Amino acid sequence: MNIRRLVTLETVGAAMVTVLVIVAIFAPMLAPHDPTIVVAPTFGDPGAPTLAFPMGTDELGRDVLSRIIFGARISLTVGVAAMAVTMTIGIAIGLCSGFFGGAVDFILMRFTDLMLSLPPLLLAMALVAVLRPSLRTIFIVIGLVSWTSIARVVRAETLAMSRRDFVVGAAALGAPSRRLIARHIIPNVLPIIVVMAALRTSDTLLLDAALSFLGLGVPPPTPSWGRMIEEATIYFRTAPWLATFPGLAIFYAVLSFNLLGYGFLRRRSQ
Amino acid sequence: MLAYLVRRIIFGAAVLVGTSVITFTIAFVVPADPAVAMAGAKADPQTLASIRIEMGLDQPLYVQYARYFDRAIHGDLGRSYIRRESVTRLIADRFPATAVLAGAAMALSLMLGIAMGALAAAYRGRAADNILLVISLALVSIPVFWLGTMLLIAVAAAIRSFPLGGYSGATSLILPTLTLALGSAGYYSRVLHTSLCDAFDQDYVRTARGKGLSRVRVMLKHAMANALLPLVTLAGLDLAGLLSGVVLTETVFNWPGIGRLAAEAIFNLDIPVIMGTVLFSALLIVVVNLLVDLLYAWLDPRIRLAETG
Repeated sequence: MNIRRLVTLETVGAAMVTVLVIVAIFAPMLAPHDPTIVVAPTFGDPGAPTLAFPMGTDELGRDVLSRIIFGARISLTVGVAAMAVTMTIGIAIGLCSGFFGGAVDFILMRFTDLMLSLPPLLLAMALVAVLRPSLRTIFIVIGLVSWTSIARVVRAETLAMSRRDFVVGAAALGAPSRRLIARHIIPNVLPIIVVMAALRTSDTLLLDAALSFLGLGVPPPTPSWGRMIEEATIYFRTAPWLATFPGLAIFYAVLSFNLLGYGFLRRRSQ
Repeated sequence: MLAYLVRRIIFGAAVLVGTSVITFTIAFVVPADPAVAMAGAKADPQTLASIRIEMGLDQPLYVQYARYFDRAIHGDLGRSYIRRESVTRLIADRFPATAVLAGAAMALSLMLGIAMGALAAAYRGRAADNILLVISLALVSIPVFWLGTMLLIAVAAAIRSFPLGGYSGATSLILPTLTLALGSAGYYSRVLHTSLCDAFDQDYVRTARGKGLSRVRVMLKHAMANALLPLVTLAGLDLAGLLSGVVLTETVFNWPGIGRLAAEAIFNLDIPVIMGTVLFSALLIVVVNLLVDLLYAWLDPRIRLAETG
């Protein structure tokens, strides 16, 4: 087996996602310190990176590395849960629109167009602020504002599938809609759904980080990468590492899902 | 053409009505009492009651919505709870700063995206193509607000006198524009790359190559003409995403635009300003997309003919 052929976008992405998942699951074992308690003597001032604290300590004397490791948990949870909400809404709307056509399609697609005309972050901020930030509010809200592209792709695929001979044939034999969708449409639309799921996860991770940065994320003391950057902005001259490392963590997580999704997308189109 | 125009305008109006319903619903589910927000927490019950009647809060919901809608189409978006100013006025004051930033970022991202996409397509299948692919995927994966913060850190360390925030002439525009543009540039470069590569496999490009024209010449003269139009449409559609980035960029750089106005309003639960900024963003997106569609129809006769025929 040629090693160079093994290194593709999707394998690198998959490896990076695996590392992320392992870090999130085994956070208590991997983190050198408790992320929520004061461990450094430098209370009041951020501490520079040292051997004991490789990413430094924040202004409250907490270990940044441990906070980043635990932050992976909340980011992955919100990212994946929000992706699931996004996919559920998007697939339901796309399937109905593409399969039933006519008035159903018209109404659902105009609603999709309407949602596309609203800045997702602004809408998410307004909804989270009104509903008060909590883990559940955040992933539901992210799902509510980001399903539009899924609905469009699933609709197009469903439309193409419904015209194929095997579906038309099954319909002619009297198969009910439910059976047509479950047995014939969904299995054939599934590959693109999986690709979209990976790509959407990177978007939901970014949206979650942005909400955290704006103070609308999961409430403290749970460590969250976005909020760590927000808290670090006032120290950008004196302690630049405080904002640097959590951002790298977000970048890593988002990039890993983008590599995975884009790699599959490219393989599909070849 | 006229029928097309009319249909697009009706659709745009419908989007705005839909948005007003959404913003109204958001305002309605908010647990805070608008009368209390208006009069302050220490107001006595009589004052609150009179404010409620004055604001129409005692009316049925559909009457309240009708009032809100009627005022909104006359340009009255209510008054800010916090600033006590007209929301329309606040938006009008802040709009120029946002327009400058968004316009500059849009221009830069398209230029960078086109350059990267064309370069990658020219080297299709070779090392440079793959490197540009990874760069563009990295660009779309960087959180906007972190990129802004990192630029601040780098520039603050390197150049002492550089403007790090606020809106003060052309130099203050550089960092926010870069922050906002880089992600979109990565995205546009991928889209252009895909459509250029599709074009390479089509007959007219093969014919041009067969005539003996060079690869670069064919790409610039023939393939690019067909690949650029969809990119402009996409940039119009992507305005919603760009405005999301505007909120973050303006927050990082203390930029006095609509994004920061919205972020502050959301922080203070200043409902009229939240509703106003969301509605105004939708208006902006609808108008820009209408213009892009018209431009597109004007440039590409196939659309005009298909729509009228």
